[in-house]
Amino acid sequence: MDGVTAAVAGVRATARMVARDDGRGGTALPVLESDGPLALRRTRGSGAEPRVMLVGAMSGPLGGDHFTVAADVREGARLRVGSAAATIALPGQTKGEARYDVRLTVADGGELHWLPEQLICAGGSDLYVGTRIDLGATARLVLREEQVLGRVGEEPGRLTSRLVLRVAGRTVLDQELACGPGAPGGWDGPAVLAGHRAVGQLLVVRPEFADEPVPARVLGEGAAVMPLAGPAALVTAVAPDALLLRRLLDAALAALVP
Amino acid sequence: MSRAALLVLADGRFPAGGHAHSGGAEAAVKAGRITGAEGLESFCRGRLHTTGLVSAALAAAAVLGVDPRQLNEAADARTPSPALRAAARKLGRQLMRAARATWPSAELDAVATEFPKGAHQPVVLGLAARAAGLEPLDAAYCAAYESVSGPASATVRLLSLDPFDATGALARLAPELDRVADQAVEAARRAVDEGPDSLPAASAPLLEIAAEAHAAWPVRLFAS
Repeated sequence: MDGVTAAVAGVRATARMVARDDGRGGTALPVLESDGPLALRRTRGSGAEPRVMLVGAMSGPLGGDHFTVAADVREGARLRVGSAAATIALPGQTKGEARYDVRLTVADGGELHWLPEQLICAGGSDLYVGTRIDLGATARLVLREEQVLGRVGEEPGRLTSRLVLRVAGRTVLDQELACGPGAPGGWDGPAVLAGHRAVGQLLVVRPEFADEPVPARVLGEGAAVMPLAGPAALVTAVAPDALLLRRLLDAALAALVP
Repeated sequence: MSRAALLVLADGRFPAGGHAHSGGAEAAVKAGRITGAEGLESFCRGRLHTTGLVSAALAAAAVLGVDPRQLNEAADARTPSPALRAAARKLGRQLMRAARATWPSAELDAVATEFPKGAHQPVVLGLAARAAGLEPLDAAYCAAYESVSGPASATVRLLSLDPFDATGALARLAPELDRVADQAVEAARRAVDEGPDSLPAASAPLLEIAAEAHAAWPVRLFAS
């Protein structure tokens, strides 16, 4: 990066939300900050568990953009976050990579459901997604991530997506998926994606899993429920398309979080 | 101490039990994802840049003296499949036995005592290389090569594939293997300062999913 390219640098935006126990058995949202293309809207939901919808106010991320979404769930608070539509990574005017950071923290006794719609990597896009989750020892989490490689009938863009979970300061999960043109070789081969165009993760963290881990289980050809080395379970799934992927993850979610 | 120790450590006949594992090739053959030499090469290329890179970086970091306990936790976090974690620890235990007999060292003894059920194989591989007086790059090469040589020899048995074709696939991967070993050492050096969280975490969804399916088969030729 040099000064000459700064004029066409991408958009930087950070949206933030904070959920805290309101002392009356409910959860308050003292911070709900939208920024540029990242709009946060409170939608209907119970007082005990407010709902926030992430609404993309413009397209992107495009090459050179850097978006950050941060959610901080304080002790004993509950929050459910979704998004109004799929996020579509597109090529930008600059050749650079786009970056999307998700920073989630949940304190002891707090609970976060993070269930956004798919990320679609359009042809020619180049995106790095970094999701970092820090949980207290007794925090609870349900998180879903779905990546769709290319729009229908299109070559995918490039995607690198890293998902890191820490519970009480210890790293319980650290996984990075790299795919699309320019990714290290073999990403579409029989060891990694084998032609599947949709891949997803469902991460469920509950303190009781420490003593009673979820049993490992295969869900058809393309998905498995895996107890991690910590109070968490991961469902990894691959599917031919976004619809079939969602079905797999919904079935897994219904089984894991009754 | 000599470089030739690398040949001893990397020899397929080194008695560490690796021959009983297919590195996911058995499941991929059964699912019809590997049907010949081309599929094998593509499988190995994908494994090299994911599991291979992570293993090579863990091994190189162990040679550099990064705390084995931290490396073992980093390996757990990078291996969501419990079947693969169990296989890695079993292989680590077997390798530890062979390494202690071959290159006796107080450090290996201490780690063996700390992990009676076995530490992850790449971590033990790095410690064995350290005990043998080898360099981080040597251990990285050894781990990266093992990540592809295991599936190749297993596929020869599973598909009655021509061994010349399997060896040819491995030879074609050599330039990428060089790059992966270099990347791994670079990452391992970073981990000395920044801690194991900075190690690569490249993952292969189908290796994890298929390992769980494979572990549930009533009859199988390979342990993983």
